[in-house]
Amino acid sequence: MNQRVGTDSSPLRFAACESASLPLFATFIGARRRAPPARTHRQIGSQLVGRRILAAMGGLDSSSMETDLDRPNIEEYLTTETIREVPKKLHLSDLLDISPTLTEAAGAIVDDSFTRCFKSNSPEPWNWNIYLFPLWCLGVVVRYGILFPASFSWLVSFSNLISCMFCRVGVLALGWIVFFAAFLPVHFLIRGHDKWRCKIERKLVEMMCSVFVASWTGVIKYHGPRPSRRPQQVFVANHTSMIDFIILEQMTAFAVIMQKHPGWVGFIQKTILESVGCIWFNRTESKDREVVATKIREHTQGVDNNPLLIFPEGTCVNNHYTVMFKKGAFELGCAVCPVAIKYNKIFVDAFWNSKKQSFTTHLAQLMTSWAVVCDVWYLEPQYIRPGEIPIEFAERVRDMISVRAGLKKVPWDGYLKYFRPSPKLTERKQQIFAESVLKRLEEI
Amino acid sequence: MGNASAMLTQYDIEEVQDHCNYLFSQQEIVALYSRFCQLDRTAKGFISSDEFLSIPEFSLNPLSQRLLKMVDGLNFKDFVAFLSAFSPQATTQQKIEFIFKVYDADGKGRVTFKDLLEVLRDLTGSFMSEEQREKVLGQVLEEAGYSRESTLYFEDFMKILSKAGLKMEVEVPVD
Repeated sequence: MNQRVGTDSSPLRFAACESASLPLFATFIGARRRAPPARTHRQIGSQLVGRRILAAMGGLDSSSMETDLDRPNIEEYLTTETIREVPKKLHLSDLLDISPTLTEAAGAIVDDSFTRCFKSNSPEPWNWNIYLFPLWCLGVVVRYGILFPASFSWLVSFSNLISCMFCRVGVLALGWIVFFAAFLPVHFLIRGHDKWRCKIERKLVEMMCSVFVASWTGVIKYHGPRPSRRPQQVFVANHTSMIDFIILEQMTAFAVIMQKHPGWVGFIQKTILESVGCIWFNRTESKDREVVATKIREHTQGVDNNPLLIFPEGTCVNNHYTVMFKKGAFELGCAVCPVAIKYNKIFVDAFWNSKKQSFTTHLAQLMTSWAVVCDVWYLEPQYIRPGEIPIEFAERVRDMISVRAGLKKVPWDGYLKYFRPSPKLTERKQQIFAESVLKRLEEI
Repeated sequence: MGNASAMLTQYDIEEVQDHCNYLFSQQEIVALYSRFCQLDRTAKGFISSDEFLSIPEFSLNPLSQRLLKMVDGLNFKDFVAFLSAFSPQATTQQKIEFIFKVYDADGKGRVTFKDLLEVLRDLTGSFMSEEQREKVLGQVLEEAGYSRESTLYFEDFMKILSKAGLKMEVEVPVD
């Protein structure tokens, strides 16, 4: 039996994984079915009984950063054919034969479903022959030389203003000037009429986001009913880059949960986004989770607050896959409105690989390409079903978003980009093996 | 990734193929090279332990530390040779050789009771006590005709494992 490490269908990959390590594991299952469970198998029994208990075990553990759902539900992928009857007696060869574990490790080295989510897939170069190459050069000149810069030395015959108007940086700069000219007075001077102030600031932020989108010639199609401003609702979307927020913000002023960034992004976060009511979190702080959870809850209950936008993946993914959603947005007891975002890579890959480039470089890359093409679908609001736990609810919404945007699901926690997997996962593997050995030992 | 030195020439591919005893096809070697470059983020020419551990599936494998010692700091040629035991073309003997190397951590060519105990400890963690592990190992060793004091050599591994029907194959995804 080949350990198939396919490039898609990661659940199948895990199925192969699990069945490869089955010789002793299978014995355990076989034994469990025949004989009444012994005391030592109480914990294992609960582990195998189904998604709920697996999920509940993971859900109860709120103090660790990584969820226990990093591994998919074993029962879903095990079929009766893969469980073969193995002789019960323990031999030296059974203990010496570590090949299943080694195969899993080697399979992970050769190809794993997690790093695939963060791979920037650059498109095939199309300018590879003699007549396409000059065309491409011309394109570079237009993109970098005319569309991008505000410098008028290129366009000697035009006036400064006109060249500014046609250049992206110029558009952006103009937009910022107009924005600040309007925002600062409104923010500082209109103190008494808070409602008006908020309304104007919201409109200004929306306008600024539209300017941003125009500066990289965004071609964005919105499908579905526009978000409404009601309390008791939260919006969730898949995450590819920080521009997701800008794209959604230009349609509706959302309040968003963001990681605090350094530099000019942090400055904008502090000054402007405060006005739409954003919530900050810090990935590296462990107690942060509860604090943020409380803030979220308060926000959704406030009537005047902007609708809250959350990216439950917690990190940027390359728009071909979705990683596991964090359950924080799904245990608030309010409506969850999924939003699916899919970028068309025809002109540029909008995935922000935060390990490879800073946001400024990423923006510059977007602004020096022809256009950013994107589809946004606003999907039907979902409510938690009776008897459903938050993790199941999160998975259901992830299903909806993945299907709508044509993304593949991967059963990993996005935070594994920054942290190592919890040792509990290794311990679970060890537990399975140990208990099976012990069980067979008792039967010798 | 994408720097000029990241391209393999036909000579390079053939050299690597020779080094791994032709257990991988040329296409697989190219695919492994792009994977190697993807893992080696800082283009050092080898993959550090940290970069291996950033693969979650590898990190949560109970034998990851042992394998890390074997694979840490290998250049691409040795990396492919390391993985060649998992090729579908590899013989049972080559696979057993690999398993023997995992057990024989100090590379002396022999595996003692202590080595067997260490690997079993990695595999079972805190879910078996030390006494239980010793008891299990002692029992199966005796049943196979050895004792706690005996030293196992490669020939013993061949004898014990060649009947086991080893399934130790990994498929390299070729675009």
